[in-house]
Amino acid sequence: MWRRSPSFILDERRSSNSPPMADTTRGPFQNSDSISAYYQTRAAHHGVITSDWLAQAQAAVGGVSGEEQSLSSDNQLGTEKSFNVIEEFNNWRKQPDLAEAVAAIRALAAVIRASEASTMMELEIELKKASDTLKSWDKTSISLTAGCDLFIRYVTRTSALEYEDFNSAKSRLLERAEKFGEISCKARRIIAMLSQDFIFDGCTILVHGLSRVVLEILKTAAQNNKLFRVLCTEGRPDGTGVLLSSELSKLDIPVKLLLDSAVAYSMDEVDMVFFGADGVVESGGIINMMGTYQIALVAHSMNKPVYVAAESYKFARLYPLDQKDMAPALRPIEFGVKIPTKVEVERSARDYTPPQYLTLLFTDLGVLSPSVVSDELIQLYL
Amino acid sequence: MESRRNPRAVVDPKVRQVGFFTSSQPDSSSTQQQPDPIAAASASSSSTISPSGNSLSPVMIPPPLHNSSDTFPLRAAAAGAAASAVSPSSFSYSSRRDFPDGSTTASPGRHSRGSFVKSSVPVASSLPGIGMGSMAAAKSSSVPASGLTTVSVVTMPPGLSEKASGMEVQSDQKKPLKEKTTKAERRAIQEAQRAAKAAAKADGGKVPPVTSASVASTSVKAAKPAKATSQKNDVTVAAGAAEKKGGPSEKDRKKDAPHPRMQYDDESRVVKAKRRAVVKQTEAKNRVELFRHLPQYEHGTQLPDLETKFFQLDPMHPAVYKVGLQYLSGDISGGNARCIAMLQAFQEVVKDYSTPPEKSLNRDMTAKISSYVSFLIECRPLSISMGNAIRFVKNRIAKLPITLSESEAKAALQSDIERFINDKIIGADTVIVKHAVTKIRDGDVLLTYGSPTAVEMVLLHAHELRKKFRVLVVDSRPKLEGQLLLRRLIKRGINCTYTHINAISYIMHEVTKVFLGASSVLSNGTVYSRVGTACVAMVANAFRVPVLVCCEAYKFHERVQLDSICSNELGDPNAISKVHGREDINYLDGLTNNANLQFLNLMYDATPSDYISMIITDYGMVPPTSVPVIVREYQKEHLLV
Repeated sequence: MWRRSPSFILDERRSSNSPPMADTTRGPFQNSDSISAYYQTRAAHHGVITSDWLAQAQAAVGGVSGEEQSLSSDNQLGTEKSFNVIEEFNNWRKQPDLAEAVAAIRALAAVIRASEASTMMELEIELKKASDTLKSWDKTSISLTAGCDLFIRYVTRTSALEYEDFNSAKSRLLERAEKFGEISCKARRIIAMLSQDFIFDGCTILVHGLSRVVLEILKTAAQNNKLFRVLCTEGRPDGTGVLLSSELSKLDIPVKLLLDSAVAYSMDEVDMVFFGADGVVESGGIINMMGTYQIALVAHSMNKPVYVAAESYKFARLYPLDQKDMAPALRPIEFGVKIPTKVEVERSARDYTPPQYLTLLFTDLGVLSPSVVSDELIQLYL
Repeated sequence: MESRRNPRAVVDPKVRQVGFFTSSQPDSSSTQQQPDPIAAASASSSSTISPSGNSLSPVMIPPPLHNSSDTFPLRAAAAGAAASAVSPSSFSYSSRRDFPDGSTTASPGRHSRGSFVKSSVPVASSLPGIGMGSMAAAKSSSVPASGLTTVSVVTMPPGLSEKASGMEVQSDQKKPLKEKTTKAERRAIQEAQRAAKAAAKADGGKVPPVTSASVASTSVKAAKPAKATSQKNDVTVAAGAAEKKGGPSEKDRKKDAPHPRMQYDDESRVVKAKRRAVVKQTEAKNRVELFRHLPQYEHGTQLPDLETKFFQLDPMHPAVYKVGLQYLSGDISGGNARCIAMLQAFQEVVKDYSTPPEKSLNRDMTAKISSYVSFLIECRPLSISMGNAIRFVKNRIAKLPITLSESEAKAALQSDIERFINDKIIGADTVIVKHAVTKIRDGDVLLTYGSPTAVEMVLLHAHELRKKFRVLVVDSRPKLEGQLLLRRLIKRGINCTYTHINAISYIMHEVTKVFLGASSVLSNGTVYSRVGTACVAMVANAFRVPVLVCCEAYKFHERVQLDSICSNELGDPNAISKVHGREDINYLDGLTNNANLQFLNLMYDATPSDYISMIITDYGMVPPTSVPVIVREYQKEHLLV
């Protein structure tokens, strides 16, 4: 709407000769090629590899190692740390079943293990540095940031209350980090259990995106011998729909594949909508794969309940006001044909769904309403 | 008359009973005394207890169900130190009193019901009247009948008046019965009591706290036939507020402070408050009916009067006096400014304070602070943030360890207040600015209304960070506060547009974000702010523009308000009728006294939480639904501190 404001049109005309100042958010020019590593990984998991992506992944990896080498000129211990962290993280991340946050925490656990600090304070500082490195490496991944923050918070809390000696404290932290991975898997099972009550016999579920949590929910429901039907959206450009439908058909769940544009058409026959989440923000809204907002809007206008399944470590201290208020996360989009360079492509990989369109959140803390997220965050971070 | 009374034994609509039982219960219970004391006692006991525990106002601490002997120390403790010494003697008084119904036997039974003790005061207050009615001739006698102690307040020398009135209350509680008396008689008695109080007050200036409660309750009883619920609210709210205000140990100052949210449509309460007032305000002649429960005064009548009295007002500290005058004249306005000015005045008070002999620092200082607060209320009703700050100060005073010497205590208090100002107000603003600037992007068109200090700081800081944005300042009569903000922004070189609130729907289409300030945020997410804010928020919502409210956490309150009427502030009606500098459109000038025309100058309004996108506080950016969580955490923090 701001574009209609006359002052800005005038300003633009005036400044069209001079090079534009801030070009990150708006403007008719191409954005810089900041490919979101997070979505690259997801694409990798989904097995959809495009040639573009490969080339960029190559460049990205080269860039990262370049960055690490530049650090090696500094304190050697420091570089070993950063080298360790990013590599560890990458190693963990490649496992398709592991959540981002868990990978990050395992990487941080490796930092603790390799650390030669002798006091809690020193260890904390090291961890903070490693966590910052991780976060800056991929600014777009919310669960990564949230997971790191969570772990650091846990460390500071326990260290504040620690009276025992350093080694036992360290081992306790390590233990906790290890347990976090199990917590993650257990979280999925808890969520699946909680949501069973909401799936009744004969219902039709619409699913968008390939969330491992939602898959777990559906698997558990099938195991409990519930009769239900799943409609999944195609999920371009990741092709999540295809993957999900193949997974579900293996479980003998009746599946129907929809075009992304056919959601409103089929919404009549849908009983409920399930999403996963990349991140749950403070307002209670979610950040998820592109298309989530659209489907939530349609569902809301047709009075269909929208359920979100997310683990509690995905709660982040962000508060987007609108779609453009988040750090941009771009991904390459293949159209199959060559697009002229003058044509702009909306390459954002995710969108923000405000809380008023969500009915309930299934988390390992229980079944929550969107406004509870802020309560949890306040209690956690204050 | 009993027959007329009996139907009223059925307690009035339960809706009114909840939380505000105190006055009606004894009436119904006491009337049942007449037919048969014992039977009535049991009947009324059931009636008092029947509303299943509702017989006690939620804000009152229920006294334990002891027998009569135990209730007295409890009541005495509640009544205040002065009265407690009297309780043993009051026993003897009541025993000598002969009741027409001879139901002394019923009294222990009566008192065994704990709930009745609470209500005994209002009942009892009618009893002295009864005593007087039946023993009118015995006025001059020195029969220590408790009923007559009321009379003795007038006749006895001033020194004893305090004790006497204390006794009166104590012995009143002992009297379980209500004799037959007419309404007129009771009214006469209450008038006499009030006169007595005035006399006593004029003498010693120190009336025991419970008497005010009893007076309040008598006024309730007087108004009962008129069936105004608001008075009941007054009593319990006043009592409740008093209890909330700092615990049972500080009842001394209850007498001096009219409840900040006193309802002004009760004549008796207004008269009582006026008698205590330092600032003599004349009530406005032409008052809007819907807002009769809010104080409305003739503006500007008291300022010159007060200015001359500056050096004469002994009990008032000059710093507090100065701040009060500044409020009155409108020199200081805006939640933060008023709060800081008041706290700094309190710092001065603490600095100059010296404990009088035989008094404890905690109690005396709290009493002093309360009296200053009541003065400030008379100058201008407290804002919610000021209420929170006062509660903090009283809390700190109460928490002072007894072992501290006076100078240490004073130093501790001063540093506490300093810390509050620095952390909760100034520091909070810094954090708010830090969060809020992340929401300002290049190309934004920001709308703001009025002159909120927090928003101004955000805009200036964002400008320093070289963000490209422009500001739309919306203003409204009669205060025209936006002009001040406009000047300050333009001086820094920010691109601004200025408009009045009538044009809000016209310009909203080009706005990207709305930044608002708040006087307070209530527990249900409602934002209580300058009048006009709700309009701006609603229009923004209609245009799907996000509304961000910047408010420090110390302004949050656990109150819930659903509309802008039940609690508000009324400003000077002349400000509406006069348009400065535009003589040609000054049509309403001089019409303020016209009976057909009422001017309404509201100061605040309540914006529902649906129209607010986020609240930026020093606790971060939170949705409006999280305000009760922060209030809870905040109070916990206070306890830990």
